[in-house]
Amino acid sequence: MEIFIAVVIVAVIGLIAGVGLALASKYMAVPVDEKQEKIREALPGANCGACGYSGCDGYAAAVAAGEAEPNKCAPGGETALSLISEILGVELTSEPKVAFIACKGNCEKTLNKYSYEGLMSCTAASQIYAGPVSCSYGCIGFGDCVKECPFDAITLENGRPIICEDKCMACGKCIPVCPKSLISLIPKKHSVTVNCSNKQKGAPVVKNCKVSCVACKLCEKACESGAIKVENNLAVVDYSLCTGCGKCVSACKRGVLI
Amino acid sequence: MNNTTSIVAILLAGILTDNMVLSKFLGICPFLGVSKKPGTAFSMSVAVTLVMVVATAVTHPIYTYLLYPKYTYLETIVFILVIAAIVQLIEIVLKRFIKPVYNALGIYLPLITTNCAVLGVTMLNITENMNFVQSLFNALAAGLGFMLAMLLFAGVRSKIENADVPEFLKGLPITLIAAALVSLSFLGFAGIGG
Repeated sequence: MEIFIAVVIVAVIGLIAGVGLALASKYMAVPVDEKQEKIREALPGANCGACGYSGCDGYAAAVAAGEAEPNKCAPGGETALSLISEILGVELTSEPKVAFIACKGNCEKTLNKYSYEGLMSCTAASQIYAGPVSCSYGCIGFGDCVKECPFDAITLENGRPIICEDKCMACGKCIPVCPKSLISLIPKKHSVTVNCSNKQKGAPVVKNCKVSCVACKLCEKACESGAIKVENNLAVVDYSLCTGCGKCVSACKRGVLI
Repeated sequence: MNNTTSIVAILLAGILTDNMVLSKFLGICPFLGVSKKPGTAFSMSVAVTLVMVVATAVTHPIYTYLLYPKYTYLETIVFILVIAAIVQLIEIVLKRFIKPVYNALGIYLPLITTNCAVLGVTMLNITENMNFVQSLFNALAAGLGFMLAMLLFAGVRSKIENADVPEFLKGLPITLIAAALVSLSFLGFAGIGG
């Protein structure tokens, strides 16, 4: 008899809890936007944060509410965009991008200012006299960006990070970790890249690095469409004007333009 | 513990001398799992404190009026059942009425369903013969103690992140050693508050 009562007690408590929860979930349900759920399914679910939201859920909610552009999802790329635009019923296109490191210096091309022994991190090393590399604008080469990349698209080769353009999803996570701000997103179908970030002029630039931009302006003169300009002693390409003729590349005497 | 034990003594004991994590070794899973950043550690602690107090408020009457004295052996299973249901209910209510809190607690609230610290505090209230008010304050103190341990340990872990740890101790081993040292430091509180 006693065991029977014990069973009844547990069963009744379970029943009350179950019915209570069922009622609560029915009467206090929060309506979820149908669009939002569909968009969430169209996203790849990597939660990489490239869109600037907390994750795929947050981004889906923002897109459904019309607060965010639907072309912010880098890993989803074209597929996700076409699915989302189908859900939203609008026509959208995006240009695929890729991360790019504006420095060509490596162990052979730059000198060492001092011998660094410490935490192998670009951020830590850059605190001491702007890093051990002779060029104070250049890549330190300890690979903070390599560690940050969620897609293993960056590898260190000879003291310089190399981006594998096929693997790069243009999520932009490597951009803030570089203490020298060398990384930016450029169009995937780029023609010319400026592989230097040095804003100094003349002799010190030549002394510190074999492949630096000395702001000679030969590229500016060679360009017919006015797409390349030297600003702050550094060549800058305007990709919207660039025709990809390649005249600046052959004009550059120091191999900065590729 | 008798009925005259003051609230202050209960709070002091729950937070310092009988700390849920560092003295009783309950709730080690979130202690090691969610203490990487002070922010998430704080969210988790708030969720745990909330659930502890609400769970005590429900389980204590159930024990006193329903299970005692004949069916005390049902304590564990009934408490688990009730706590699981309460956590779900809290989640639904928060989602409906206080969306920002729901978003802030996020995944941590459902995780607490199976947290031994919550079950532990409700059962310890019974074994220590506390009355209803004492139980509520004990649950609050246990939650605050959990929060203290989490925040302290989150601080310790952020220091470990930047320390030069020997290769064989990297990751979980050094975390466990650090947890042991933090726990050891709480031994110093033994004796305070009688």
